[in-house]
Amino acid sequence: MALTSAVTPGADLSSQARVEEMQATGVTPAVEIAGLSFDYGERRALNGVSFAIARGEIFGLLGPNGGGKTTLFKLISTLVPMQQGDARILGFDLRSDTIALRRRLGVVFQHPSVDGKLTVAENLAHQGRLYGISGSRLRARSTLMLEQLGLSARAGDLVETLSGGLKRRVELAKSLLHEPELLVLDEPSTGLDPTARREFLNYLSDLRDRQGVTIVLTTHHMEEAERCDRIGVLHEGKLVAIAPPADLKARVGGDVVAIYARAPEELREKIATQMRVTAVLVDGILRVERPRGQDFVRDVVDMFGDEIESVTFGKPTLEDVFVHLTGQRFHAGPAEQA
Amino acid sequence: MSEAGLQAGTLWLREITRFCRQRSRVIGSFLQPLVFWVLLGAGLKASFKPAGMPAGMDYFQYLYPGFIVLVLLFTAIFATISTVEDRREGFLQSVLVAPISRATIVMGQALGGTTLAWVPSCIFLILAPLAGIHLSVGAAIFAALIMLIIAFALTCIGLTIAWKIESTQGFHAIMNLILIPVWLLSGAFWPIDGAPVLLRWTMRLNPLTYGMAALRESLYTGNRGEMGSLPSIALSVAIAIVFAVVTFALAARTARRAAAY
Repeated sequence: MALTSAVTPGADLSSQARVEEMQATGVTPAVEIAGLSFDYGERRALNGVSFAIARGEIFGLLGPNGGGKTTLFKLISTLVPMQQGDARILGFDLRSDTIALRRRLGVVFQHPSVDGKLTVAENLAHQGRLYGISGSRLRARSTLMLEQLGLSARAGDLVETLSGGLKRRVELAKSLLHEPELLVLDEPSTGLDPTARREFLNYLSDLRDRQGVTIVLTTHHMEEAERCDRIGVLHEGKLVAIAPPADLKARVGGDVVAIYARAPEELREKIATQMRVTAVLVDGILRVERPRGQDFVRDVVDMFGDEIESVTFGKPTLEDVFVHLTGQRFHAGPAEQA
Repeated sequence: MSEAGLQAGTLWLREITRFCRQRSRVIGSFLQPLVFWVLLGAGLKASFKPAGMPAGMDYFQYLYPGFIVLVLLFTAIFATISTVEDRREGFLQSVLVAPISRATIVMGQALGGTTLAWVPSCIFLILAPLAGIHLSVGAAIFAALIMLIIAFALTCIGLTIAWKIESTQGFHAIMNLILIPVWLLSGAFWPIDGAPVLLRWTMRLNPLTYGMAALRESLYTGNRGEMGSLPSIALSVAIAIVFAVVTFALAARTARRAAAY
């Protein structure tokens, strides 16, 4: 699907307009990507992706594992070299200006990058020196980061003795030590319990509000995605939609009804012929998008009650958006099953 | 301090800090060659005198510099294993996205590994009187400097492999296949002069032979007459230095080409 047809005109006016305004006034957007493709040998991980992210935006890359979001993360974070297409991050060409870009870029990886055998403070000092920060500035920045992330009391503890949530905070402190303008995070809430996840997301919002840091995160976690200003949905290496979460949900026609039946295919045909309603079979579950879903639930139970095991009904979630866009279910990753 | 110096320095400091917190590594790397030396040297001393060994020297003494190099070898291997672990466990990710060149990363790692290999070998050096070698302060410092050069070169070989390989098992296999033979063929176990022609030439082509020769000569300064036909000290030191520079360039090139994941 071409990018232009995927973006409903006017659906995401605020951020899209901000990107255009910035381009017009000469302020470079945080991220400008055009025709980006990436292959791992024979396998195409990204296929002609184009989009822009405004400064100060919280932008989520949503998609199932294998959708291409981690590859996009690796490209933006300068971890892998560019192959095809063009990308400017904070105005720096991703092909030629990576060292200059790295000074302004903070990166949080999905897998821990802290050294468990070093203390929290030592990890921060090490990180600072890698970015050329030393002496009194290093001490001041470390102290501030430890305070902001509530790690001051644990500064002298070996990182391997910390809980998962605290380790995650050390990762964040590390990535923010050199005051980056853009923070890129790969599945930031992996391994966090719901409370810790909420705190983590609150901190990111604060960071944007107070310091204007642009935040780009990859996620397969719906709660995380809902907190973003805009979401880019990646499916099989392509960007299938880009819009604020509410607009994406509005694209689903009304309510979402899921019907669990013993013989779903038979029931689908009966619903089509007798009710003139299109149901889509996704992973053995019949999905129907209807305005006034409660009426449909009543009717379908009246007519086919014997064949139905259960029916659920609700407002569309981003998961429904994903099914709506791709006709496939969004497979939960290990973090979500935990 | 320059930024590259600060960056390499922090990588060095981290290696040292980690090492000091894993004390079994310190002890293991030093004790293993010591036990080998004592057992082999003591066992072979009475009955074994390889051809080409200088007059007035017993095998215990002959093996001594060889086992100093073995200490360097073991500790350099251990130090570079941490590079494989850093890649696997994720620590290296954040180094790779920092504004630092791959050559600087390798320099930091190499200096760390060199220090970790060098310090235990210096402790080994203190045991020289046990081998019947009485070192002047000057000779000891000279020997220690040569050990530093050898340590750097061996660490760089380890890093070249570590940046290529993804598992520590594979690393062990390759290290044993490459480094142990290089050590055996460096004149650590037997003098060049006594070896068959083919082996003699292999030994002469082995760059470590010259580091070993330089160390041997530094330990026996004043007794050079006993040394047989070792290459001259100037040539040995020069080749040892070239060896260190070349292995570093090789490690830096491998790191530059290594994919990040």
